[in-house]
Amino acid sequence: MSFSWAKPYEPKHPVMKWLDERLPLPRVVYGAIGGGYPVPRNLNYWWNFGVLAGIFLTIQIITGIVLAMHYTASTDGAFNSVNQLIMRDVNAGWLLRYAHMNGASFFFIVTYIHIFRGLYYGSYKAPRELVWMLGLVIYFLMMATAFMGYVLPWGQMSYWGAQVITGFFSAFPVVGEPIRIWLLGGYAPDQAALTRFFSLHYLLPFVIAGVVILHIWALHIPGSSNPTGVDVKDERDTLPFHPFYTAKDGWFAGAFLLVYCIVTFYAPNYLGHPDNYIPANPLATPAEIVPEWYFWPFYAILRSFTFDFILPAKLWGVLAMFSSILLLFFLPWLDKSPVRSGSYRPVFKRFFWLLVVDVLILGWAGGGAPTPFRNALGQICAAYYFLHFLVILPLVSRFETPLPLPSSISESVLHGEAAEAAPAGANTSGGSIATATAH
Amino acid sequence: MVRVIGFLVGLVFAGVLLISLISGVASNLSSPPAPLASEEFHKSPKPLHLASDGPFGKFDKRQLQRGFQVYSEVCSACHSLKLVSFRDLKGLGYNDAEIKKIASDWKTQVPSINPDTGEPATRKALPSDTFPPPFANETAARAANNNALPPDLSLITKAREGGAPYVYSILTGFQPQPAELLKKFPDAKTPPNLHYNPYFANLNIAMPPPLTTNGQVTYADGTPSTVDQMAKDVAAFLVWTAEPNLENRHAAGLSVVIFLLFGTVLGYLAYQQIWHEAKRAVRVTGVLEPENKAKTRRAKAKQGVAG
Amino acid sequence: MATKAQPAEGPETTDTNGDGVRRRDFLNVAAVSFAGVGAVAAIAPLFVQMAPSADVLAQATTEVDISKVQPGQGIKAQWRKQPVFIRNLTPREISEADAVPLSSLRDPQTLAERTKPGHKNWLITLGVCTHLGCVPLGIGEGENRGKYGGYFCPCHGSQYDTAARIRQGPAPKNLFVPDYKFSSPTTVLIGAKG
Repeated sequence: MSFSWAKPYEPKHPVMKWLDERLPLPRVVYGAIGGGYPVPRNLNYWWNFGVLAGIFLTIQIITGIVLAMHYTASTDGAFNSVNQLIMRDVNAGWLLRYAHMNGASFFFIVTYIHIFRGLYYGSYKAPRELVWMLGLVIYFLMMATAFMGYVLPWGQMSYWGAQVITGFFSAFPVVGEPIRIWLLGGYAPDQAALTRFFSLHYLLPFVIAGVVILHIWALHIPGSSNPTGVDVKDERDTLPFHPFYTAKDGWFAGAFLLVYCIVTFYAPNYLGHPDNYIPANPLATPAEIVPEWYFWPFYAILRSFTFDFILPAKLWGVLAMFSSILLLFFLPWLDKSPVRSGSYRPVFKRFFWLLVVDVLILGWAGGGAPTPFRNALGQICAAYYFLHFLVILPLVSRFETPLPLPSSISESVLHGEAAEAAPAGANTSGGSIATATAH
Repeated sequence: MVRVIGFLVGLVFAGVLLISLISGVASNLSSPPAPLASEEFHKSPKPLHLASDGPFGKFDKRQLQRGFQVYSEVCSACHSLKLVSFRDLKGLGYNDAEIKKIASDWKTQVPSINPDTGEPATRKALPSDTFPPPFANETAARAANNNALPPDLSLITKAREGGAPYVYSILTGFQPQPAELLKKFPDAKTPPNLHYNPYFANLNIAMPPPLTTNGQVTYADGTPSTVDQMAKDVAAFLVWTAEPNLENRHAAGLSVVIFLLFGTVLGYLAYQQIWHEAKRAVRVTGVLEPENKAKTRRAKAKQGVAG
Repeated sequence: MATKAQPAEGPETTDTNGDGVRRRDFLNVAAVSFAGVGAVAAIAPLFVQMAPSADVLAQATTEVDISKVQPGQGIKAQWRKQPVFIRNLTPREISEADAVPLSSLRDPQTLAERTKPGHKNWLITLGVCTHLGCVPLGIGEGENRGKYGGYFCPCHGSQYDTAARIRQGPAPKNLFVPDYKFSSPTTVLIGAKG
């Protein structure tokens, strides 16, 4: 642990002492999420979403393992195993299926908020570049897992989504089509594709769990960042993770799970597409092929390229779509401002919110039928997305004048001298944190 | 280096997008996409309020039984219900004996083999069987229906945008093609084997109107069976076939939501309690530190507090 | 100066704080226990889903037509995905079974206990050896019926008599007689309590 005042693990109970001498697992846990991990005391609720992502990963793994006890990965039997066996006959099967289906959506909601927190507060900057990149690896694995999982019920969208996504590869000249056929094990999504997607869908979440451990480990070397972006200086800047942040994460998780349960129990199909309740038909394409909502911005970027300029439009679309995620890996080197937090970067802050709006519009553009208006708006927003990260951010980070930073975290928490004369119980921890996070 | 390449890549993508945008806008302005009859004359589903609507919805079992009667007597001639088992009808309020009779009386039998000769044969359905489809396979279904495939109805209210209101609207929406449509789109006359229905996405559906006359089905419970009533009842029945666990789901949801609300409040209070300690702790150490004691003296002096 | 006016200065040793410790702990304990109860309740569906699903339970009974089974013949049917031996015993087989003294049996049962009143000739048992689960021979024409004229299990040599009772070999119990009833003189409903 990097902080000298971190409480060391001192087991009192003889069993815990015996265990600690042989396998220091409790010590590691104590140092990671227990009383032995000092965390900046000024974290706001945007910092809760990492833990929430971990919770949803757990929910997905548990419900997924249990669903796999009933699922049949055959093109004849998959649809019925989900919609007849699991949804009707398996005890609590409907609950497990809806929980897994909506768990995926909520996993993405939480992850997107977590990523945007990172973008705003400069969490990707030194010394946390690897934390950021491991996070992107997790995100990429999540997308692969979700894509393959959606194919498994073998509905119309499952099948045609698989067709379209694997069709990307054929955009690449020469090697594209052989790669596509190799991926599918055939010429179109069929039995071979379905069984291998099932196998990989079961495997990848455990790979994600492993990368999550690396992600947290890499974070715990420098320790968590905070809304001011100012480094931790001494003990007054931090609080032990347990009980302060276990309590904060705990209650907020309860609230978030409440929203998740309301959707799962009362609107379980709201985030899905009706066409996936139609069994897959390789001979009939649905009126609109759309992926699940969490892929809509990327789908919009893909569809935005309609003109063959040197390269075919389809290839542009595929390259742009992959680039839109890949460029995030380079963010620590594109944005070299020494100031981390957007709270102290007024110009950056405005562009950040423009990005948020841009991504939301891209999502809307990707989710519906390609009308001329939608296409045009999608193209403008896709252009802004690339310009934001590749042109605007480097320029802004080079030329903007940031606001003066507080000298330490505890200074910003205590709100200067005035706090000392204030009566007991005044809510000062909201003080300048409010200004730091208000937008 | 990264930034230079990134800069160029960004400009390239933005540039190509600009070209796509301009070419797209130009082609739309020069030859705007032709308006489609379906865009203008398609109607959104009529409102339908069922007992199962809403977070506290429960099935009206009498309505479900009427709807099942409509399905048995009208729809099952062409539409299968392959995911529903006869034993599931318990959810409609039928008892075991009634279910056994419904199964064995069902007009289509279950494929089996002759136990003596091994030739393909059929047998009466058992409660454990699913509803036998009216046609053995897709080819037979299409052959009997002008090459159209009547979809399976087990999940239809989940498989169509608009759900039960959509099904109800289709069933009650058959009408002659309006004159103004033909005037605006003279090529859009309904082809001979199709039927005009503005609630259907492309306006012409292959299904002939299944509910044509009042009293087509004589309800066992005596409810007057108007076309509208039959359509509502079968739509309600199809909500049940798609979501037989709806009532369980709502009930379990209520317990879970109340539990989580209570737990969240409890958790929030515990969190406030713990952090109150933190604020106190900050002050305790802070105030005793020499530099903060000095700060306190200065602040008090500023405010004119004797100190 | 009342203690309240002092902004949390000084050590917390007052009596009100003693109560405060208890109150604080109570709230935390309450919150954590609530979460714990929730976690246990959330785990329940994970266990319940492994229990037989409705379609499996629906296969609980099987109806078998026995009209063609002549005395001395037997058929192999299926119930809950397991083989069932339905044998029409000849009068000689019945008297052989009745002649065996109960004290000599490992699992003492009379033929009457293993058949329905009025249908003593119909011996309906699971075709699963009670040793380790193989399907014994003897139900089909020409199969080895062992030296007691009933069934013979080739896996480890268990021998059953004409009432399908274990006479020799490692099997501990007689072939299991499932619940069944005669739904008509020529059909049996296996799995139903009669």
